[in-house]
Amino acid sequence: MSQALAVAEAPVEQPPGKQDGRLRRSFDRNWYAWAMVLPTVLVLGVLVMYPLVQGIFQSFTDLTESNAQDVICTKTLGGGEECRDNPDSAEFVGLDNYVDLLTGARGSFWLQFTNTLAWTLACVSLHYGLGLGLAVMLNRKMRGRSLYRVLLIVPWAVPAFVAAFGWKFLFNPRFGLINQALVNLGVDPVEWFNHRWTALFAAICTNVWLGVPFMMVAILGGLQSIPADLHEAAEMDGATPWQRFRNVTLPGLRPVSSTVILLGTIWTFNMFPIIYFVTGGEPAGQSEILVTGAYRAAFEGVRNYSLAATYGVLILSLLMVFASVYRRTLKAQGEVF
Amino acid sequence: MTRLLPAGALDPADTTGATASDVRPGRVRGREDRSRLASIALHGTLVLATLVALFPVLWILLSSFKPANRIQTSEITLIDSPTLDNYRAVLFDTPFPTWFLNSVVVAAFTMVIGITMSATAGYALSRFNFAGKRGLMWVFLITQMFPVAILIVPIYTIMANAGLINTKASLIIAYCTVAVPFCAWMLRGYFDTIPQELDEAAALDGLGPFGTFYRVILPLARPGLAVTAFYTFLTAWGEVAYAIAFMQTRDNLTLGAGLQQFVPQFNPQWHLLTAGSVLILIPAAIVFFFAQKHLVAGLTAGGTKG
Repeated sequence: MSQALAVAEAPVEQPPGKQDGRLRRSFDRNWYAWAMVLPTVLVLGVLVMYPLVQGIFQSFTDLTESNAQDVICTKTLGGGEECRDNPDSAEFVGLDNYVDLLTGARGSFWLQFTNTLAWTLACVSLHYGLGLGLAVMLNRKMRGRSLYRVLLIVPWAVPAFVAAFGWKFLFNPRFGLINQALVNLGVDPVEWFNHRWTALFAAICTNVWLGVPFMMVAILGGLQSIPADLHEAAEMDGATPWQRFRNVTLPGLRPVSSTVILLGTIWTFNMFPIIYFVTGGEPAGQSEILVTGAYRAAFEGVRNYSLAATYGVLILSLLMVFASVYRRTLKAQGEVF
Repeated sequence: MTRLLPAGALDPADTTGATASDVRPGRVRGREDRSRLASIALHGTLVLATLVALFPVLWILLSSFKPANRIQTSEITLIDSPTLDNYRAVLFDTPFPTWFLNSVVVAAFTMVIGITMSATAGYALSRFNFAGKRGLMWVFLITQMFPVAILIVPIYTIMANAGLINTKASLIIAYCTVAVPFCAWMLRGYFDTIPQELDEAAALDGLGPFGTFYRVILPLARPGLAVTAFYTFLTAWGEVAYAIAFMQTRDNLTLGAGLQQFVPQFNPQWHLLTAGSVLILIPAAIVFFFAQKHLVAGLTAGGTKG
């Protein structure tokens, strides 16, 4: 009997430590699997889990740049060093950061939260909608199909920060191409970065341009995995193209769609470079999303590490809630994910 | 909608009310035949989409050849006394070449480390059932959710304590937090597409699990490895949040943070920015178009199996 088969028959879930014998057997069978996973687990432990725990801890303190040191050392006349405890070192402050942030006493959480929601919703729905549309078109037999496909993927090859600077150049209120085109069309030029929603609009344009190719390619792969006989059978039964799209194509895309929408939402929610470079928070921080808000708290002005950590915990909680609701909804609809 | 149907078929009232029997066969359009009008609409839409996709890149390319003072005018000109001065300035009067090299080194190391560590993990996740497997899969997915914001400060503190701030190593280590779980997830999807029978045959021939992995599966997984490697490289190549926070002296910056220096709030040097952008795009584009076919296959394999 081959090892792979023997392993495949092993029970999936084994609560560790419940029964010594079972654990032992499981170890004998699977030690190499664990050995293979170990390096990755170690890296994740040191570089993700430990910082995560530390970050959560920091969110309950008043840690900033100025009180980060536990000891203050001063040079003495003899050339030695004298160290004593820093009287102002960071302290545990309980939920103060959360209260301040959520009541708006510090930062502008709710403004950034609304921005983040609008930003994520607009970007993901446009990504998916446009990606789906283009994929369905590209899935048809026609002349020049592969050329279209290659050219439509171009934005994917552009690093996000380059795209951000490029679009900021296009949206430049003074000499940007978009305003010049508006003037030529007889419309007043728009001061894109002087208003919250126009600034966000510019950022959303950039991100949609950047993100559609990924969706298109992923959905195209999904479309090609739908067996052609399903379409043929539906056609024989006299289904209209729209009915075929609704009842054959969309259900066939479910596995791909559910994955890319979840990933896309998470990525967009945390998308840092576009907002940071395109709007830079202009006007006066009004187009900031949560991630860039946290970043500014941590690295601009007096570095407020604890406030940034609080932002981080809140963002993470929001995403976890979203992911579990999403997963539950899929499950309720009979999708094993 | 997306299939460019005859107008009537788009109307929801028309389709929801209709059962299969009362749709006249004559009205139904086959999958591969379409009217001339539909054909024009299809190509028209695709051409428009292609133009939108290409335009910003082309505009930056065209602008990069304009003299510095002509870039910031409010007339639309495609070509305006073309010159290579911007490129000369970027390459010889700014630290751009150093930034470029820094980015290449950081991205390359991240890629190699990410792939090496995650290939074994991806294989184990694909082939074996072991205690903690489902938990690990969840951790991989959840780490994708981690906002930069929560990890960046603790990692910054760790790096500062280790004296690594302002070194390339700090960026490589930080990028591995993103790269390793992602690579493991992608590679697992790819390994799933390699038939299990091969493992069984190798085991019958007396290869242990590590031998099977190294001698049989890894060579077969080369396309998947290439795709994942490439994707990791691009991720590291385009990252900016850590890069701006960790790198402090001008010579140590990577491209993302460096480009920002060209366009400060006051007196932005757009001519340097356009030329720099083109120089960044060229190598990325070349590699990308060689890899894109595999990229599509690799991504969908990883995506659907996720």
